[in-house]
Amino acid sequence: MVIILAWRNIWRNPRRTIVILLAVIIGVWSMIFLGALMRGMETQMVKNAISTLTGSIQIHHKDYRNDPVVENSMNNIDKLDKALSTTLDPGIFWTKRVRVNAIASNARHATGVTLVGIEPEKEAKISFIGKAMISGRFLLPEDKNKIIVGKAFIEKFNTKIGNKLILMSQNTQKEIASKAFRIVGIFSAESEAVEKQFVFVPISQALKILKMGDSISEISIMLPRLDITGKNETRAAEKLKAAINDDTFVIETWQQLLPMMKAYLKISGFFLYIWYFVVFVAMGFGIVNTSLMAIFERMREFGLMKALGMRPFQIIKGVVTESFFLLVLGILAGNILGFLSVAVIAKNGIDLSALAAGTQMWGIPRILYPEIWVQDVIVAGLVVLFLGILVSLYPAFKAARVTPTTAMTKN
Amino acid sequence: MAIVETKNIKKTYKQGKVIVEALCGVDLIVDKAEFVALAGPSGSGKTTMLNIIGGLDVPDSGSVIVDNNKFADMNQAGLASLRLHKIGFVFQAFNLIPVLSAIENVEYVMLLQGVPKIERYDRAKEILDDVGLKGKYDRRPAELSGGQQQRVAVARAIVSGPAIVLADEPTANLDSKTGEDLVLMMKKMNTEKKVTFIFSTHDNMVMDYATRLVTIKDGLIVNDEIKA
Repeated sequence: MVIILAWRNIWRNPRRTIVILLAVIIGVWSMIFLGALMRGMETQMVKNAISTLTGSIQIHHKDYRNDPVVENSMNNIDKLDKALSTTLDPGIFWTKRVRVNAIASNARHATGVTLVGIEPEKEAKISFIGKAMISGRFLLPEDKNKIIVGKAFIEKFNTKIGNKLILMSQNTQKEIASKAFRIVGIFSAESEAVEKQFVFVPISQALKILKMGDSISEISIMLPRLDITGKNETRAAEKLKAAINDDTFVIETWQQLLPMMKAYLKISGFFLYIWYFVVFVAMGFGIVNTSLMAIFERMREFGLMKALGMRPFQIIKGVVTESFFLLVLGILAGNILGFLSVAVIAKNGIDLSALAAGTQMWGIPRILYPEIWVQDVIVAGLVVLFLGILVSLYPAFKAARVTPTTAMTKN
Repeated sequence: MAIVETKNIKKTYKQGKVIVEALCGVDLIVDKAEFVALAGPSGSGKTTMLNIIGGLDVPDSGSVIVDNNKFADMNQAGLASLRLHKIGFVFQAFNLIPVLSAIENVEYVMLLQGVPKIERYDRAKEILDDVGLKGKYDRRPAELSGGQQQRVAVARAIVSGPAIVLADEPTANLDSKTGEDLVLMMKKMNTEKKVTFIFSTHDNMVMDYATRLVTIKDGLIVNDEIKA
């Protein structure tokens, strides 16, 4: 009967109940919706960063990251190949790369680029480049003097497919090495900077120009599923370290390779919870105010209940049960609204192209797809429920403290 | 056998800067199954007396014993428990919980007492039948007349077999016919179920039905008359 009484009490003044319900619904919806946008952005930022030649895990020569020159390349690749084949689970892909700074030039332009020598078939399964071709064709392993470049590069150099491009870099013998390549394909990336920075050739050609023999700059490994907490990556990296057991090589996860990204994710999660709290504070005032109004209207009734022998804690229980119903209803409706609005937007995403110049700098995608994390929904619900009940204790205690004779003489 | 015993009850109130003496040393003994009317003009101390007997108010001095429970030895929780198990109340107005039906209002006290659901329902139904509300179990207070609401209040007051029922001007808000019907019904409960009633009134018709008439004036009992 306590439940029946509480349920009927909240509908004594439907307009007031609907107003407070709306406050809770909008609050919960904003928590879920904003959380989904932030999480969607985080996930896509990490995915973009990983697919832009980072991968889940990378293996380098121990000095390469401090000084990325050809001299700091990795030898003894067979040992690495064997360790990778035996240690990594099926479904995990890896590829070798040569990566050096170079000068790209044609008759009218010259610019600094990163020359990336790739294993075309393997690279396509790992990085963005496999799905990024917008014109021409992708590289083939047997290509001798073919190169693919970004869309922004093409525009900057005012060139096109079929034209030649000269690449110049320093080889392992500290001599200037150069070779002419013919553009066979154009790729597009999330950011213009990537389109301008990277040019791709088959790894065999890069090794040949740079006289690297069998050495390579890096091995990039991609796990089948992104784990934003990085636990899976760390576990796989630890297994590899144990299998390779050679201090010459450094094995790092994307969280170690992208420390700024890791820090951003940490701060972002913290801000989300601050947002939850701010929303709740605004909502909390509404809950207290409305509950107090409802309590003051029913003071005579509480007086009657106490006269009949009801204990103060039973009155508190009744008032808190009313708040519980309101909060649960609001949370449920807010969740439904949140899930629906996210589902609608997730279909086509939010186009941020107009802000591309500003957002690309931070690796924010051009189209933002919201993503609901179960933990955020649970935290939002618990914050509203727990703190909502906490603030409703104030009016509940006021009701419980009523003196029957005083309350029942009030009009 | 005394069910209520008060000795030298004194009570003062502060109204602004003025101290009002509501009761100035009241001694009253009420035996089981009596049907007592506390009469007197407005402000004479009738309601204060009922509140003190019901444990809703605390006297400045003097002692109160209800069904062998000495109020001086009891804390607020003890008094609440006593009210719940030993005392039934009928107030002048605002007697019922508006969101509960007639039967639920009657059941409510038993719920607080921890009576099992089925027993609660059966007893509430039976008592509503006794007070003439058969078939009106599911009506909310707003769907009942003033007299019917007071009948529900009486049913709620007597349903758990209290030692006494205290009624503060139960007919004040009713027309004379309805008021008389209510008093007759209370009288029937008193006669058949041996329920002790103490009620305040200044309605002569109600006083006529009382078996004992206690008149209070200026906080003192000025007349205590046993009627035939």
